[in-house]
Amino acid sequence: MTVGTSADAVESGRAADRPRRAPGRLRRLTRRDKTVLTLMTGIPTSLMVVFVWVPALASILLSFTSWDGIGLDSIKWIGLRNYRQIFTIYPQFWPAVEHNVIWLVALAAIPTPFGLFLAYQLDKRIRFSRFYQGAFFLPVVVSSAVIGFVWELIYNPDHGLINSLFHTNNPNGSYLDWVGNPKLNLWAVLVAASWRHAGYMMILYLAGLKSVDPTLKDAAAVDGANEWQAFRHVVFPALRPINVVVAVVTVIESLRAFDIVYVFNKGEHGTELLSILITNNIIGEASRIGYGSALAVILLVVSLAVIIPYLIVTFRKERRA
Amino acid sequence: MSPESPRVYQGPTVDRRMMLKGLLGAAGVAALPALAACSSSSSSSPSSTGAASGTVSLGSNASDAVPKKAFQAVYDAFQAKNAGIKVQVNTKDHDTFQEQINSYLQATPDDVFTWFAGYRMQYFAAKGLSNKINDVWDAIGNNFPQSVHDLSKGQDGNYYFVPIYYYPWAVFYRKSVFQAHNYTVPTDWNSFISLCQKMKSDGLIPIAFGDSDKWPAMGTFDYLNMRTNGYQFHMDLMHGKAAWTDAKVKAAFAHWTEILPYHQEGYIGRKWEDAAQSLLAKKAGMYLLGTFVAQQFTNPDDLADLDFFAFPAIDPQWAQDSVEAPVDGFMLSKSPKNRAAAVKLLEFIGSADGEGAYLKVDNSYDALVNGYDTSGYNAIQKASATLFGAAQHVSQFMDRDANPAFTSTVMQPQLQAYLQNPGSIDSILNQIEQQKQAIYNS
Repeated sequence: MTVGTSADAVESGRAADRPRRAPGRLRRLTRRDKTVLTLMTGIPTSLMVVFVWVPALASILLSFTSWDGIGLDSIKWIGLRNYRQIFTIYPQFWPAVEHNVIWLVALAAIPTPFGLFLAYQLDKRIRFSRFYQGAFFLPVVVSSAVIGFVWELIYNPDHGLINSLFHTNNPNGSYLDWVGNPKLNLWAVLVAASWRHAGYMMILYLAGLKSVDPTLKDAAAVDGANEWQAFRHVVFPALRPINVVVAVVTVIESLRAFDIVYVFNKGEHGTELLSILITNNIIGEASRIGYGSALAVILLVVSLAVIIPYLIVTFRKERRA
Repeated sequence: MSPESPRVYQGPTVDRRMMLKGLLGAAGVAALPALAACSSSSSSSPSSTGAASGTVSLGSNASDAVPKKAFQAVYDAFQAKNAGIKVQVNTKDHDTFQEQINSYLQATPDDVFTWFAGYRMQYFAAKGLSNKINDVWDAIGNNFPQSVHDLSKGQDGNYYFVPIYYYPWAVFYRKSVFQAHNYTVPTDWNSFISLCQKMKSDGLIPIAFGDSDKWPAMGTFDYLNMRTNGYQFHMDLMHGKAAWTDAKVKAAFAHWTEILPYHQEGYIGRKWEDAAQSLLAKKAGMYLLGTFVAQQFTNPDDLADLDFFAFPAIDPQWAQDSVEAPVDGFMLSKSPKNRAAAVKLLEFIGSADGEGAYLKVDNSYDALVNGYDTSGYNAIQKASATLFGAAQHVSQFMDRDANPAFTSTVMQPQLQAYLQNPGSIDSILNQIEQQKQAIYNS
């Protein structure tokens, strides 16, 4: 998203400049301009290189090694062994991939349309609209570690809210183990994640809807379209730019999902995610830096596979415009 | 893992076999004030290597209120005795401290830091991240039985660790519940099973259990394995020398599968505190945990009602000869800024006065020094001393005895997988063995 908007700004700025002083633009720059330009591009570039590119490349290199994180001399080159082990004998890996996919599908299928629904209703300026906006957006503002903690209180099998209300906390009778049962816990935590994601999507769509020309809707009404038809054929197509942003945000959210799950049950027995496997292998005394890096590289490749097509589409579109 | 690390696992087992001989006499016997006095004086006087003064920095994982206060009492007592030395404590959250230990020790660690005995300590010693303290042990050596000497040594035979206390794992129960139902303490496997059956028919949960934090299952396995296959095999397994696919390991798990139906339902998602509450509320009959379970018994009457017994024998060959009793203590970082003063501090910690200063504030643990005056002990502490003194072998805990990468990334999820699906133990053990080889041989 950030990449998209800053690229937008650059592109439109250049487009505006072009007619006035297209040829020989660089030659007319004073030394001071050059210094300013160097600083303004140099600092962000070097920050980007130091904090994004170098660590990313280091991770890729480390993923072919075995290293316990103590002393550089203990790094050992082992080729593809980490990857081979991840794909063959790491029992948590494939479930984690599956859960990441479920996470993506679930976020895209439920909270995203629901966020659009909320935004569409709030856009009609109903009463207490601001209050509703605040209420629905609150989960996005609250740290997801806190969200995980709150939902843990709701789902705790022995004295959590749900099981206390429905008397399903009797270990000898009906007992719903929301946290431990692998058939339940992923869905339980997805409810929490969706609750947050819906608010996020609502704000994005609300911003999108504000930019839809209201006369379009009036015109549709004059043509005899009902509410659904107007939304389906007029408003929704007009939301196309925001839909791209929503799609990318949803993908990113589902790939980097971590904190809610980690607080909820540390991401094991049914809620494994790639991000959590990386953490478990790298953080702490475990320190399988090479192995964790290999997992991180796999996640990076998956992310790139999603982001690169998006960037290509976006840039191509802007070049056309 | 570095190439040389497999060598690391060959060390301590032979020494540990002879463990605890000295302790048999010492710890069980109450109050030998003369010896205690003698040991505390020997700790301070002969080794005074000139004038130690200045500030000692100390990194602590004691972030909970009671241990924090108790450790502060130790440092205060030390400073009162050594006017020129100031202890500057940096306390970090307990779990954060452990998670950051690698980078902490490589960067600019405090002079002295809190840590655990066992492989977990030897690992950092072998990596050169901690400082030899043979000079400290010259001074405090007489304070401790041979078993504690062995626990404090690295794989290279040098001393790296000063212990402060230990806490055993055992099966906890409420005396009133056992009286009300006429239960007797089981010492062998069959009487344990029939007790479980009786409790179930009396409407009790036989064995409280909560494995949400994933370490409680390790304690259960440690005992089952030591009782089924003996201490030496357990240590070989922990050190990566025995195979997890060995029929012996399967036998240990078979015993677990036998008692699994008597465990409290829903254990996968339950925290140990909640499981302890069911023992407190007399809903559950027994609970296998460390003595820290007493922290949940805040009412003095409930605490007085709490008791424990040693995990029952499975194979008469081993009977109940091993106890799981993790030891906590202190280490010296690789290049301390004020070594002289740090040595003084470690010498004090390893004395009856040092351990006593701690235990006066926090009575959840037991002292390790010879002839510690146990007259101030509560019932649990006294019973712990008896249990510890009667054992021939001391294990630390799976996550202290084995490679930490192995326990956290393999054993924790795999034990959970077993608990969810005991029937698939064969494939689980195969996976464990494959992953073990990948980690221990890398």
